[in-house]
Amino acid sequence: MNIPADLKYTPSHEWVRVEADGTLTVGITHHAQDLLGDMVFIETPATGRTLAKGEECAVVESVKAASDVYAPVAGEVIAANADVEASPESVNRDAYSAWMFKMKPSNPADVAGLLDAAAYRKLVESEVH
Amino acid sequence: MLKQTPLNATHRELGAKMVDFGGWDMPVNYGSQIEEHHAVRSGCGLFDVSHMLPLDIRGANVRAFLRRLVANNVDKLQVSGKALYSCMLNEAGGVIDDLILYFMDESWFRLVVNAGTAEKDLAWMEKMNADWGMGLMLTPRRDLAMIAIQGPNAVQALNEALPGVDSITANLKPFNAAAMGEMFIARTGYTGEDGFEVMVPAKAAPFFWKALMEAGGTPIGLGARDTLRLEAGMNLYGQDMDETTSPLESGLAWTVDLKTDRDFVGRAALEKSEVTKQLAGLLLLDRGVLRSHQKVHTQYGEGEITSGTFSPTMQQSIALARIPLGIAPGAEVEVEIRDKKLRAKVVKYPFVRNGKVLI
Repeated sequence: MNIPADLKYTPSHEWVRVEADGTLTVGITHHAQDLLGDMVFIETPATGRTLAKGEECAVVESVKAASDVYAPVAGEVIAANADVEASPESVNRDAYSAWMFKMKPSNPADVAGLLDAAAYRKLVESEVH
Repeated sequence: MLKQTPLNATHRELGAKMVDFGGWDMPVNYGSQIEEHHAVRSGCGLFDVSHMLPLDIRGANVRAFLRRLVANNVDKLQVSGKALYSCMLNEAGGVIDDLILYFMDESWFRLVVNAGTAEKDLAWMEKMNADWGMGLMLTPRRDLAMIAIQGPNAVQALNEALPGVDSITANLKPFNAAAMGEMFIARTGYTGEDGFEVMVPAKAAPFFWKALMEAGGTPIGLGARDTLRLEAGMNLYGQDMDETTSPLESGLAWTVDLKTDRDFVGRAALEKSEVTKQLAGLLLLDRGVLRSHQKVHTQYGEGEITSGTFSPTMQQSIALARIPLGIAPGAEVEVEIRDKKLRAKVVKYPFVRNGKVLI
């Protein structure tokens, strides 16, 4: 299972990279894209939008099904990835480079509440078995 | 415990992603659903459809029985091997199932019914058989596996995989079938491409599947089966019609024979009913994906999407929707997707046939 050790995760299958300046880059995990199958449509949130923790803020749709992407912590959207909207299949090719949006957390300490790679792996394994 | 087809181990060896499909352990894809879709449109795809049930009905009264049982007219079948698509209706005119009937001889018809409805269908048919005193023998053929071979290269792949079959495939017209020893070869399918549905003894299925792969066939999962049939504008039971919907409001009027005075189950109800809806094709003009149960707003009132997907051939989202009668092709409607209303165009389906976009 492809779960990079340097990223953080949510139970709803988002990955989060904490950048040097404290901002967060967010995408969906390899496991999530594997469950959904071939991606055909992605909608990212508008820059400047304020998000509550767990708020639905992006949509990913495969041929099979639609799925929401949730805000990992509270904060503000500072960038959205237009490339991933133009090429949804890039999420299937490499889920960890096909980010959806970047955000500035309202409270940087909230990041500590995210799962580390080991905890996320355990969660996925418990869902699979 | 999920039911397994005779090809279950074969799917697993091929690394298929397996899902619970109405109680059957079936492959949804073997990697990429979209690549599998394109393989059928441009080459040859192989589908395990052994979850569907072949059913033999034998006896002197079989034609008389089927005249009353199904909405299409089995008297259209006069040549051995000829197939007919029909709905089997309840007394209220709702669709119990859609099925294919093959006329073999005056004392033998073979039917193929859907997997999820097989038990219900069989119980209904046995009840009618008894109520009408027909004295027929109904034999479910779970001893047979069924493999669909679909696409422009289907003939070539089948000829190569099955020595001796070329004398049959050379003359077999669409919607006709022929028996070859224990095998049953029908030129039918659910993709909008040329191809076959072949029934073989369960034990022979894994070997036959491998021979078809060696002949260039690509394994195709149920995921692509659904996008292919939707592009081809073919109904899916349980989604586009069911026991609560009329075939006349499900794009199936062409399969209901009201021209002859033949009395069949559901006819009286259909003739009394007022048809106010139609099944229409939709093409999404905005970005997004149409899905079943989304609400459709038209100038004559609301409708609902019954099947929607992203069309890999058209690279655009398409759907079948039950909308008010009177909305003509070319009209623009709005579809509610999450919190938005997106624009869609009403179109005549099928969307794709024989690899070509028709819209």
